[in-house]
Amino acid sequence: MGDTIDHQQLTANNNRPLRLSGLEPLVITPESNFINVGERTNVAGSKKFLHLIKEEKYDEALEVARHQVEGGALVIDINMDDGLIDGKEAMVKFLSLIVSEPDIARVPIMIDSSKWEIIEAGLQVVQGKCVVNSISLKEGEEEFIRQAKLVKRYGAAVIVMAFDEVGQADNLERRIEIAERSYRILVDTVNFPPEDIIFDLNIFPVATGMEEHRRNALDFIEGTKWVRENLPHCSVSGGVSNVSFSFRGNNPVREAMHSVFLYHAIKAGMNMGIVNPALLEVYDDIPKDLLEHVEDVILDRRDDATERLLEFSESVQGKAKESKVDLSWREEPLQERITRALVKGIDRYIIEDVEEAMQQATKPLLVIEEHLMTGMNVVGDLFGSGKMFLPQVVKSARVMKKAVAYLTPFIEASKDKNASSAGKILMATVKGDVHDIGKNIVSVVLACNNYEIVDLGVMVPPEKIIDKAIAEKVDIIGLSGLITPSLDEMVFLAKEMERQDFELPLLIGGATTSKAHTAVKIDPVYSQAVVHVNDASRAVTVVGDLLQKETSGQYKKSIKLDYESFREKFLSRTKKKEYLTLSEARKNKLQIDFKEPNIKKPDQLGIQVWEDFDLERLKDFIDWTPFFRSWDLHGKYPTILSDEAVGEHATELFADAQKMLRQLLEEKWLTAKAIFGLFAANQINDDDIEVISALKETIAGKSIFRTLRQQLKKREGVPNLALADFIAPKESGLQDYIGCFCVTTGFGTQELAAEFEKDHDDYGAIMIKALADRLAEAFAEYLHKEVRTKYWGYACGETLDNEALIAEKYRGIRPAPGYPACPDHLEKLTIWELLAVEENIGVKLTESLAMWPAASVSGYYFAHPAAKYFGLGKIKMDQVTDYAERKGISIEKAKKWLAPNLVDGD
Amino acid sequence: MSKIGKILQERILVLDGAMGTMLQRYKFTEEDFRGERFADWPALLKGNNDLLSLTQPDAIAEVHRQYFEAGADIVETNTFSGTAIAMADYGMEELVYELNYESARIAKEVADEFTRKEPNKPRFVAGSIGPTNKTASMSPDVNDPGFRAISFEELKAAYKQQVEALLDGGVDILLVETIFDTLNAKAALFAIEEVKEERHVDAPIMVSGTITDASGRTLSGQTAEAFLISISHIPLLSVGFNCALGAKQLTPHLEVISAKSHFYTSAHPNAGLPNAFGEYDETPEQMAEQMKEYLEKGLVNIIGGCCGTTPEHIKEIAKLADGHRPRPLAVKSY
Repeated sequence: MGDTIDHQQLTANNNRPLRLSGLEPLVITPESNFINVGERTNVAGSKKFLHLIKEEKYDEALEVARHQVEGGALVIDINMDDGLIDGKEAMVKFLSLIVSEPDIARVPIMIDSSKWEIIEAGLQVVQGKCVVNSISLKEGEEEFIRQAKLVKRYGAAVIVMAFDEVGQADNLERRIEIAERSYRILVDTVNFPPEDIIFDLNIFPVATGMEEHRRNALDFIEGTKWVRENLPHCSVSGGVSNVSFSFRGNNPVREAMHSVFLYHAIKAGMNMGIVNPALLEVYDDIPKDLLEHVEDVILDRRDDATERLLEFSESVQGKAKESKVDLSWREEPLQERITRALVKGIDRYIIEDVEEAMQQATKPLLVIEEHLMTGMNVVGDLFGSGKMFLPQVVKSARVMKKAVAYLTPFIEASKDKNASSAGKILMATVKGDVHDIGKNIVSVVLACNNYEIVDLGVMVPPEKIIDKAIAEKVDIIGLSGLITPSLDEMVFLAKEMERQDFELPLLIGGATTSKAHTAVKIDPVYSQAVVHVNDASRAVTVVGDLLQKETSGQYKKSIKLDYESFREKFLSRTKKKEYLTLSEARKNKLQIDFKEPNIKKPDQLGIQVWEDFDLERLKDFIDWTPFFRSWDLHGKYPTILSDEAVGEHATELFADAQKMLRQLLEEKWLTAKAIFGLFAANQINDDDIEVISALKETIAGKSIFRTLRQQLKKREGVPNLALADFIAPKESGLQDYIGCFCVTTGFGTQELAAEFEKDHDDYGAIMIKALADRLAEAFAEYLHKEVRTKYWGYACGETLDNEALIAEKYRGIRPAPGYPACPDHLEKLTIWELLAVEENIGVKLTESLAMWPAASVSGYYFAHPAAKYFGLGKIKMDQVTDYAERKGISIEKAKKWLAPNLVDGD
Repeated sequence: MSKIGKILQERILVLDGAMGTMLQRYKFTEEDFRGERFADWPALLKGNNDLLSLTQPDAIAEVHRQYFEAGADIVETNTFSGTAIAMADYGMEELVYELNYESARIAKEVADEFTRKEPNKPRFVAGSIGPTNKTASMSPDVNDPGFRAISFEELKAAYKQQVEALLDGGVDILLVETIFDTLNAKAALFAIEEVKEERHVDAPIMVSGTITDASGRTLSGQTAEAFLISISHIPLLSVGFNCALGAKQLTPHLEVISAKSHFYTSAHPNAGLPNAFGEYDETPEQMAEQMKEYLEKGLVNIIGGCCGTTPEHIKEIAKLADGHRPRPLAVKSY
């Protein structure tokens, strides 16, 4: 084999073992067994742990850690990277608790985050010698060196990812190149002890069917061997389960793959890693034939290794996957068939089965109440326990709706009006907001649970919600919204309900909403129950509890108390942050040394309009990751397709999306339009951008973009940014340029969605909207590329694939008003005026300044190489006042629009 | 290599004994502690031994002198509580720089006086950096184990101030001692590294932990080896233990450090365990007898005394050191 590591090398390593400590030492010598790192205390890897941290159930979270240590983990990995938790605070809190538990704290801790500030905060609360997971050359040498120096000064070992400025190492040469370069910098420049370096050489899946993945395992193994022989004293680690992703669902094969992989990787010198002990076969117990096939794949020994293993795996027990043509379930009893149809989302036979059920039942309603609800309860249980995922539930709902639609005329005919629903729920997306995917999902799931839904659609004014609620005698009002101004709309509506003495519970949901906002801003203004519900499965239980006659009073009281205590906790833990005055912030603005070569006059100044753009060209520009997110499936595309937990469902959803996308493109369902303009511009008065348009239409030929400046006090040497910083100031005497744009792919979406809804196909309706959103983003990406390379022409030589585009590896940015760098939606009005957007392509702004159709994207173009995305963060009242004055609007108006960014209490 | 590093290759160096025990002999009153300068200071000052460097500098110099005469190679500055954190008890945060600077200056003057007399036995000053009276790894509130009374950043800032003043005052060595919480020590070491980098200086660092009881662990729960691993990222002159235990009880822990460390080792135990009245009553002879084992086993490079030890103890210890070879340093095979 030749993959066995040189023993002399090992002996040499013996003098400098990797030494870690918790309360007790862990010394890793070449004689040590493989070091297994416990990973259940990782919010990214464990749903349960994420849940506990989110709910601040730290006692239970500690039990997870304790269980890991008792189960034999020699190091525990702790990760708090999740968008919905304050990672830094959670890391510090959890580590502080861990170090107070001697039976957990006895092992060393691996502080795991992609954010350096979280890592550093973690290092400051642990006395032992930790492992930092991880640093890499991704952000360049300077940052790598800075972080490595600090890791050393805090006294920790470090995992170095095989990642550099170009990307992740995906073959042997790149692994070697990055490992060697990282090692040399660490040892020679930083003087980092080589025994404290642990390389993670990227374990990627094999047997994916892709030619370029064939050597994934072998490259890791050979890379490991090279590292251990050529880079003295260091260790090699990795996450093992990745290697077998393409065989998820077939545990015997996966288990064999893990042990075969480990067997060879350990021989090559891998001495640490994350392995799920439940998914590991004893190497010697692997049947000889399976072993041969698996080794063929892992070691890439045959061209047809993957096909042969696939074929062979069918014969291995546990091949649970039924084939699509297996109709044996049709032989099962009626209820089983109906349940199965609902769980699997198969609508082909449902009418047939419902008909049969109706013949057996005394009245048609009983088919719903018994047969169908029995099936939906199974769906609900599976969903509640995380065994079904949202796309499947929506498919189940489609089957359910189809069945109900078939039964309805019979029920009407039998005149049995006792079919009172479990309750009536009004659903609406608030005034000014046009986003309804989430609202529709919740509606569908609730409808399936026998609630009657009064859906008022999008952009619903508050008086209409109130009138309808009274007229329809609803039991609950549900509000949804995606853009930030919607938050204030919800507060307004709650106040209005209070004023009119409403007693209905209020549900709050949508992407920008949060329990914190609900507890702090909405709950106090409405004396009845207010509940934040961000996923469909919770909606069912919450609504159930709210409407349960006997106990709802109790429940509402407990909800009130819960929000009150959450509010108090939230307000008390909001950390005091330091802010600069606006003039101080301006003094610390980004000072770009503007020079000619970095300022390029656009090749085509002025405005261009694209009508009826061919959507086919956008196919390859789609960023699929957010698509999955809109279905509540979290993970990065394409790895999400092979994700252990959601991969199967993601793959299915993706296939459906591809199918609809193909049809949508072939049959030209949607119309795409774009408008953009490139103009001469200069920074004026620090924070503004004066735009000179040659067109007569704009008054005086000048428009001014107002930008907002960060006021949070920064680390020394870090500027307080405003977008205006990226444009040359007028005083410099240099003529600079700016662009702005709007694209849409939304024309037609509404009609199509309505068609689907008419057919009771909410799955289709949601899918078309999700696809239109993705196409709009892709269009924006495509247009930006065209502008960079052709119309502005500052990046003529740019050749980037879609992945690099998504990773924003190009020069220049396209920030959008309403997003973190420029959260003021009012600026859209300036763009609309400057480009005459509505007149030219028909995209409108609602009163809350959302774009209509919803699948639209607008923004600015900045071309300077130093331009980068940033978040404005919180600002002080002095800036709001100044901004109002500059914009010529009242302070109240400015305050209203900037409220989400205003420092609390200012 | 530092001058002191070279000497350590050849012989065992002797550290001084307790400062507090010696100052007790003076029976200073509240007025003595205050002196003229702090006559109107709002807080009670008796017990603030560090302050005596300003109000009774002659007494401090005299104690140093007695230890050098007894045979010590290194004396510690009178700065065990010289951080803004510990001085907060007396409202004297503002005086931290001056206290450390003056203490260092006094000790250095006495050391130079002896070096001039005996150039072949140069005398050194170690800036004493105590653990402060707060702990970064433990909660003072049993009902809230996640709470911390002090943060790493606060500790680091306080230590940095002390270190800068000690170096300005002329210390030869920085001694981070009586470490009951390794995280506090890591903050001190972090601060020292920052100062070294900013000033482009290199000061030898001694680190000395404290094993608090028979469990063989630090107060913050680490074993001797875990403690060693946790502070070995900084190039140290020596690592060892002091305080809490007598010489005899310290032996097994010293053996661990001696076997595992690439740095020189040190030990300055108490004069036995305190008796029923809280007094240390091991005689110089008794203590020296127990410490003989360190030397016969080749466990140490620097020895001295902590609580309860006096120039008489140091005299015995110095005699002992004179007759033995130092612990050989395992060469780190880079």
